[in-house]
Amino acid sequence: MSSQSDVRFTDFKSDKQPTWCPGCGDFGTMNGMMKALANTGNDPDNTFLVAGIGCSGKIGTYMHAYALHGVHGRALPVATGVKMARPDIEVMAAGGDGDGYSIGAGHFVHAVRRNVDMTYVVMDNRIYGLTKGQASPTSRADFETSTTPEGPQQPPVNPLALAMASGATFIAQSFASDALRHAEIIEEAIEHDGFGFVNVFSPCVTFNDVDTYDYFRDTLVDLKEDGHDRHDYEAAKNVILDAEKEYQGVLYQNENSVPYHEQHGVTENMAEIPDGAPENAMDLVREFY
Amino acid sequence: MTEDLNWAIGGEAGDGIDSTGKIFAQALSRAGRHVFTSKDFASRIRGGYTAYKIRTSTERVQSVVDRLDILVALTQRTIDENLDELHEGSAVIYDGERSWDAEIPDEITAVDVPLKSLAEEAGGAIMLNVVALGAACEITGFDVEYLDESLEKRFGGKGSKIVENNREAARKGRDYVREHYDLELGYELETTDNDYVLLNGDEAIGMGALAAGCRFYAGYPITPATNVMEYLTGRIEEYGGHVVQAEDELSAINMALGAARAGARSMTATSGPGIDLMAETFGLVATSETPLVIVDVMRSGPSTGMPTKQEQGDLNMTLYGGHGEIPRFVVAPTTIDECFWKTVEAFNYAEKYQTPVYLVADLALAVTEQTFSPETFDMDAVEVDRGKLVDDEGAAEWLDDKGRFRAHAATDDGVSPRAIPGTVDGAHMSTGLEHDELGRRTEDTDVRVEQVDKRNRKVETARTVEDWDYREFGNPDADSVVISWGSNEGALVEALESLEDDGIDVRLLSVPYLFPRPDLTEAVEAADDVIVVECNATGQFADVIEHDTLTRVDRINKYTGVRFKADELAAEIAASLTEEVPAQ
Ligand SMILES: Cc1ncc(C[n+]2csc(CCOP(=O)(O)OP(=O)(O)O)c2C)c(N)n1
Ligand code: SF4
Ligand SMILES: [Mg+2]
Repeated sequence: MSSQSDVRFTDFKSDKQPTWCPGCGDFGTMNGMMKALANTGNDPDNTFLVAGIGCSGKIGTYMHAYALHGVHGRALPVATGVKMARPDIEVMAAGGDGDGYSIGAGHFVHAVRRNVDMTYVVMDNRIYGLTKGQASPTSRADFETSTTPEGPQQPPVNPLALAMASGATFIAQSFASDALRHAEIIEEAIEHDGFGFVNVFSPCVTFNDVDTYDYFRDTLVDLKEDGHDRHDYEAAKNVILDAEKEYQGVLYQNENSVPYHEQHGVTENMAEIPDGAPENAMDLVREFY
Repeated sequence: MTEDLNWAIGGEAGDGIDSTGKIFAQALSRAGRHVFTSKDFASRIRGGYTAYKIRTSTERVQSVVDRLDILVALTQRTIDENLDELHEGSAVIYDGERSWDAEIPDEITAVDVPLKSLAEEAGGAIMLNVVALGAACEITGFDVEYLDESLEKRFGGKGSKIVENNREAARKGRDYVREHYDLELGYELETTDNDYVLLNGDEAIGMGALAAGCRFYAGYPITPATNVMEYLTGRIEEYGGHVVQAEDELSAINMALGAARAGARSMTATSGPGIDLMAETFGLVATSETPLVIVDVMRSGPSTGMPTKQEQGDLNMTLYGGHGEIPRFVVAPTTIDECFWKTVEAFNYAEKYQTPVYLVADLALAVTEQTFSPETFDMDAVEVDRGKLVDDEGAAEWLDDKGRFRAHAATDDGVSPRAIPGTVDGAHMSTGLEHDELGRRTEDTDVRVEQVDKRNRKVETARTVEDWDYREFGNPDADSVVISWGSNEGALVEALESLEDDGIDVRLLSVPYLFPRPDLTEAVEAADDVIVVECNATGQFADVIEHDTLTRVDRINKYTGVRFKADELAAEIAASLTEEVPAQ
């Protein structure tokens, strides 16, 4: 696929009108994903999008590509299977913070470890949107919700640190409303040779009045302007574990990333098979002599 | 019943019982003898009793029986566990020099062989099991040389010295018995020129998957399904495929689903606990209309139950499991060779009807090795039918007036065209949500009904188009009908032979298709007695038969964790048929 392709980002848009609340961060998150896919020379017929369950998961319906909208928390395994069977296809997974860091947390750790060449976009609104406002694993300790009237009173998960501890080769964070930077960061994740992980601040305007657009606008520090060296593991560790600030940009990238398909020699298009048993199949039987 | 010899080796788990048994089984197979093995093993790596049993004959054998002729006992418990099966003509090989005092009943021939010392002479105590094999060869009139090839197969990787030492160890066992005993037990293992292959059900499933073009396998280790994964690992790559060990069964089935949506023939295998975890995604597979083969190698449940023991307890779960109503196929091979063929079929059903297919096997099939002539697995007879998979041109025929691909078009047969990534203009959404023909979420009442009907129609189509036959044995005109599913077939076939010798005629229907399944109404109505035989406590298949045929049936159930044996079944069936019917 060439980067000169005539695909426009609107080609990745389905004709289904989003039912997200007006102002929901997911609009911006999705636009950036579509732009990044088009900018990297992909087209819908060669792209596979796996969506989780949640408000965020509806993205599978609003984008146009080969897509699967699966069950809650399992987007990463599905995406893994797609990419292993079809290394020729661009694979992207997207879902919410609950989908990725709660019910799907186990898969997150192992998908990161496997370093399959795909992009994972978490639309992090620090709340359960679809089920109408319960605490999520990234909700603040004192964030009051219907199921946590006093706040969860537990430290929120640090997804970037979780990724790093699991051996991530690309860790980034973006903000849905900073359209240019967000699309740019997703683009870098797509181009990364391995598992490109982007935690996107994607505000829920209906159920989260703390982690708002204003809050992120006021606090976000852009690492691009900060002179941060993304290839420096120690420097990355420092920003990732820094509880005082919220960062935007690529926090860490391993220059020596070897994606799963290279490591394991998984390079064939598995959809192509003969119309009977393989030619030498009787050898399989003879093994049992 | 056939002229057979029943041999076993038993000891502690970790004593190398399995590999020793396998060496002997392979040698018998190479000598042109039929073999049927069974394993009695504990789940602990050390400390549990474990045994490997072999029944061998020049004729086909397909069951274990309640008789043991030669027993290699590495522990007293091995003898105690098998006392019932030993008889006057039996011999027990043991090592009198070792710390335990073997208590062996007088009528049984005790063959005391210094296994450990002789093994040390041959190069190492570790070979004491092989010394015992040599001793067993001498007692059974079986040439030790037949062991040579299987020793090479087993130890070849460790160097020729090790192979030589083992061959020497076997000869020392033979010579010791020859010099010290003058046994007249009358065993004389004949050999033939026949070529056989020896494999178990898990291996047959794995080989069937490769033959059928399976390229992707994701699984999480669990007894007794792990062997499927181990078989595929290292072999599937030869065909451009891949095996992934997932982090859990939730992941395994979702990975397999992803690969299937990407166009690969894809499979996962597990046992009951894993099926429980996969249940949610099972519904997604069906609703998104994805072709997927899910193997359930049943073991004793519920919960962790008896994880290394036989049971056929998952019938209801595979027939009805999952929330909502899920169109599915449930296929259950009844023999080891059928594990191969039914796997091939399962992949075809999955792709032709774009829905999940359960391949249900049981532990007794999975871990049992049996001999077959290689032609049993005639690869030229393997058919691959990919159903309505479309290419670019085919996809173009299925676009709506706005150029959108109708991935869930409600066709007459219920099956929609299937476009996989890379197909031009085939891009579409699939989802576990109710959707319209384009895959877009909907709650429109008409579309909902249309899509539910369409998915169920696939099964109705299959019901009429495919052959859902049972396998029939015994006397077709008999008044007594026995119905079975899964691995019981072999033991029943042998039981029928001995019943016939006793003048009792029985017709056996062995059912490999559980859903859709053959209609047994006529057979049941024509019979005076109907008995359903299965390895579970409640009679799940018997319930299904009663439901289908509206007729009460008798039941023979076993849920001890041990498979049925031919002689035991013959006795139970005879008893059931001769039972007084209470006056009404
Ligand atoms: C197995 C299962 N449990 C619970 C649910 C209900 N559920 C749907 S979305 C969701 C949480 C969504 O939160 P998040 O992933 O953060 O997505 P958001 O809606 O915030 O985008 C839950 C609990 C479900 N669909 N499936
Ligand atoms: S509830 Fe929140 S997350 Fe969901 S659509 Fe509305 S704003 Fe977006
Ligand atoms: Mg959320």
